Amino acid sequence: MNLRRDVFQAIADPTRRGILMLVASQSLTAGAIAANFDTARPTVSKHLQILTECELLKQEQNGRQVYYHLNPEKLKTIAEFIEPFRKMWDDRFNKLEAIMKNYKPEE
Amino acid sequence: MELKTQIHAEDGKQELFITREFDLPLNLLFRAYIEPEIVAQWMGTKVIKLENKQHGSWQFETTDPMGNKHGFHGTIHEFSINQRITRTFEMTNANFGPQLEFLEFEQLTLQTSKLTMHLVYRSVEIRDQLLQLPFKQGINMAHNRLQEIVKNL
Repeated sequence: MNLRRDVFQAIADPTRRGILMLVASQSLTAGAIAANFDTARPTVSKHLQILTECELLKQEQNGRQVYYHLNPEKLKTIAEFIEPFRKMWDDRFNKLEAIMKNYKPEE
Repeated sequence: MELKTQIHAEDGKQELFITREFDLPLNLLFRAYIEPEIVAQWMGTKVIKLENKQHGSWQFETTDPMGNKHGFHGTIHEFSINQRITRTFEMTNANFGPQLEFLEFEQLTLQTSKLTMHLVYRSVEIRDQLLQLPFKQGINMAHNRLQEIVKNL
């Protein structure tokens, strides 16, 4: 399966947002994360997989345990929620520029 | 690619600044703001009214991809050719209320110009909500895309 994963998909789900909040304060194992949700364990695993695939979470081997921790760099792209707003204006202004470059004044 | 548009929005303030340098002479940049047919093209909207004068008013109507119509309107408080437009902006039937917009047009060189938009909102909360609108639309689009993918599995 080769679904395109992006951060928007990842945080569109409330459980996944909850997971991100949890591991923001400390690295946790899958079991410790699952214990915080009523959701079935395999469902939590699926969420962890998605968050890992889009690089919001990183796995760290510590002995026999796998710990999940936040990837702050990737999270920054979410923190910068202003980016889509900027992109919207940038697209508009690019259009304006392109139109005016071809503009022939009727004078 | 680096975006040429800059947004400056400080935490806890009810204002924000949008700046952009254009590869256009000042008069062409300004013209893009006052000719209804040109505004319609780059804003992707229908221009119902655009009175470029002090105490004038303006009204746009945009149709979204779902076919819903959205109205926008406001009044023009100051209009100085190739210099400044001060106006209000309001989404019709939305709860955001009007915002105050100061548009400053500057010549940089004979062939380049700069626009600074200073937008003032009624509250910090409203500013933040409006800032997040395109972000939320991004999430919705991701949802729809995900649904499409799932349907085609």
